[in-house]
Amino acid sequence: MRSVGWRERLPARPWLNRFIKHEALTGYTLISPGLFFMLLLLAYPFLLAVSISLSDRVLGEPGKFIWIGNFTKLLQDTFFLQTVRNSFIYTISTVSLKLLLGLILAVLLNHEFPYRNLVRGALLLPWIVPTSLSVLTWLWMFDSLFSIINYVLLGLGLISKKIPWLGNPFWAMVSVIIVNTWRGVPFFAVSILAGLMTIPRELYEASEVDGARGFRKFWHITLPLLQPVIAVVVLFSTIWTFADFQIVYILTHGGPLNATQIFATMAYDVALVAGRIGEGSAISLFLFPALLVVIILMLRYLRRD
Amino acid sequence: MRRKHIRKIKRILGLYIPLSAFLFFALFPFYWMLISSFKANPELYNLQAKRLLVKEPTLEQFKELFDKTAILRWLWNSFFVSFLTSLISLALGIMAGYALARLKFPGAQTFGLATFITYLVPTTLLFIPLASVVRSFGLSNTLWSLVVTYPTFLIPFCTWMLIAYFKSIPKDMEECAMIDGCNRIGAMVRIVLPMAIPGIVFSGMFSFTLSWNEFVYALTFISDTTHKTMSVAVPTELIRGDAYFWGELMAASLLGSVPVALLYSFFMDYFVSGLTAGALKG
Repeated sequence: MRSVGWRERLPARPWLNRFIKHEALTGYTLISPGLFFMLLLLAYPFLLAVSISLSDRVLGEPGKFIWIGNFTKLLQDTFFLQTVRNSFIYTISTVSLKLLLGLILAVLLNHEFPYRNLVRGALLLPWIVPTSLSVLTWLWMFDSLFSIINYVLLGLGLISKKIPWLGNPFWAMVSVIIVNTWRGVPFFAVSILAGLMTIPRELYEASEVDGARGFRKFWHITLPLLQPVIAVVVLFSTIWTFADFQIVYILTHGGPLNATQIFATMAYDVALVAGRIGEGSAISLFLFPALLVVIILMLRYLRRD
Repeated sequence: MRRKHIRKIKRILGLYIPLSAFLFFALFPFYWMLISSFKANPELYNLQAKRLLVKEPTLEQFKELFDKTAILRWLWNSFFVSFLTSLISLALGIMAGYALARLKFPGAQTFGLATFITYLVPTTLLFIPLASVVRSFGLSNTLWSLVVTYPTFLIPFCTWMLIAYFKSIPKDMEECAMIDGCNRIGAMVRIVLPMAIPGIVFSGMFSFTLSWNEFVYALTFISDTTHKTMSVAVPTELIRGDAYFWGELMAASLLGSVPVALLYSFFMDYFVSGLTAGALKG
């Protein structure tokens, strides 16, 4: 039909055609620009990170090779050990909260109701809007004097005195967990919803014939079928939360008393504020084992499919 | 009659109430951002006022922002960087994505795997060495430091998304075109790309959003006021020492959030379909 048109538009260029016919050559040509970027700005910096972390480099001085000195020093540093603990508390609690709420929200959104698309769009906002800006709003909502959350809770009689949101170690951790959960639930909900929509209705109908109801249906049919989606989402979220920076940096800056310091914020403080680049780089690299575990689990999961 | 009643109550308790709770939790911060930016300082800091409403709406905070800060410059910087990086990443992502979805060559699988893995690498893992790489290129304190580094997380994202899209397009069409004398690249440009437009729009849009929202690199590489992007300028430039000007901060946050929210509401359908496709392919 339209083939004549192509022939007319494409004059014979034998040398070009011969080149393009080689599938492998075309393939390499097409991936090379992307590959170049990744080698130059991911692989090389990674090697650089390792080499910097093995030195006692400080800002403005090259430093000397100290083997694993930074790592052994960090593992004896109570501040750093607290950072490790905080990172685990932060990651485990937010990922479980996000999963629980995301699952509930996905199930709710899977119903038919008026303005469904609008509601779905509105619920995605926390995940779309620049995190640093929405977290500033939370900072204002947690303000020690003007906190609107305290104002509302006091007004409703739910609390009798102000909650010191960012003021004490316990509540500061609660605050960063709330904000991270707020930001992350939409991602969980939408991904799980996508998984939910692929479950054929007949499965439920069959189980209803067998007498299964409400929660049992969810437990025995929905959840097992959602397992692959859930695994992928949880793995993604785990690595991103573990390496999170903005929420803590803006809300608490790791404080009070180091109570919310996590890997990335501590690495930033040590390397760029205090200028101990070698040590900061070592802190950053502690994220690598976590990344490795996630990658291995993810690959195992994807390969099974 | 009675059963219908019970069904309705069940629906309210089981669907509408929990859904409203989620909506409230998700949207309240935006409501608070919005009304805070339209209040003048006396009303904003008056604890006796009805704080959840605006009594006298005013544009004072915005005026202050435009008169005294480089907000227009920051918005432009964000736009410039996001637009350019999404374009670069989309172009390279289309090339790599097509190669990996369609062509057989040694190393293709390894490269696909590497793409996926780099997509998982968090920016906070490499920001320290990247700062010195950027410095050695002489790009510190310029927008180019971001234009160069953002594709490191955008290219893997675009590539990965587009592989899935390209694979969903039947091969017969381009094979026909190639039999008719079109070469590989011609078939890709004329047949596959037009059919992959939803995926391309989604990837481009999402790349734009990711760049617009990026924080760690922008914070690390740029310290000059005039070269900052919105996401970093607002929390660093508008908080002077210990003084928080909340009205201005909220007005600026609103201005920084609206472009992405708008972009995303225009392309909502592409967005949801792209997101769900991506999540499933994951």
